[in-house]
Amino acid sequence: MTLDLLRIGEKAKVVTVNCHGFLRTRLADLGLLPGTPIQAVTRSPMGDPTAYEVRGSVIAIRREDAQLIEVERER
Amino acid sequence: MKDRFDIDRTGHDYVVALAGNPNTGKSTLFNGFTGLRQHTGNWPGKTVTRAEGTLRYEDKRYKLVDLPGAYSLIADGQDEQVARDFVLFGKPDCVVIVLDATNVERNLALALQILEVTGRVVIALNLIDEAQRRGITVDAEKISQELKVPVVPTVARDKKGLIELAAAIADVCSGKAVAPSRRRELDPELESAVTELERLVEAVVPGVPNARWIALRLLDGDPSIEEGLASGEFATPATPTREGSGKPSEVAS
Repeated sequence: MTLDLLRIGEKAKVVTVNCHGFLRTRLADLGLLPGTPIQAVTRSPMGDPTAYEVRGSVIAIRREDAQLIEVERER
Repeated sequence: MKDRFDIDRTGHDYVVALAGNPNTGKSTLFNGFTGLRQHTGNWPGKTVTRAEGTLRYEDKRYKLVDLPGAYSLIADGQDEQVARDFVLFGKPDCVVIVLDATNVERNLALALQILEVTGRVVIALNLIDEAQRRGITVDAEKISQELKVPVVPTVARDKKGLIELAAAIADVCSGKAVAPSRRRELDPELESAVTELERLVEAVVPGVPNARWIALRLLDGDPSIEEGLASGEFATPATPTREGSGKPSEVAS
């Protein structure tokens, strides 16, 4: 599944990051890499973007970008 | 005399920058070193606050500059741009990279980027007590071997490891322990493009440090670098400001 489908409060593990350019570099610098645990924390009132916790930092990712990040939901 | 970063080196032997991800205890470390000998103000032309202070160690005085927290030298936002510009163009005698020992993997991204532009680096492995509590073991010696720079475990909150860290800073500043910067291997086609562009950058901004880094960022299409070049922001040598003019508001705390 892709990251945008993760519901608030749910945890997952990153499988692949298919973004390109600046965003890809940025996400890597924030530690968002394959194997990294990620949790959906909160969603903006408009429904987009969503805040995710990654390695102790909370980052906002737009839906169109989250759709490019493949994750595996943790149960 | 002040440089374009408004750093007054008067009365100091060396300038030391503190860099690191947000929430690594960088400012706690800074406070532990400088105590009440510190000034706060703004970076010139920016709404980013900055703190600088003096560390006395043995017979030398070190000007410590606490940089804004940054995840990357590929800067996103004013805070990171300030940190980036000072590391790249501020010519610090030493950069202390503060790593959160509980989060080494992510913190190392910034460390590697800084090591690509300077070997005048000391790594402070901070929050080492917190890491131990969480059952995380970090091999400081191994990191030091791999990166070829001193790595000092610290607990800034309890002022643990600060003397060892000061000693490591002294060794880097005096030139006793400076590693070669890590030059990234590029494929030949990219390498020749970078080399060509590097020469052009040096022609536009004579004497600019890290022209190669600028060239790489230009090829990557980084608009903030194009802007910095066009506006002359990266130009060195420093433009000294007259005493009393253009001075940041300094508040002794």
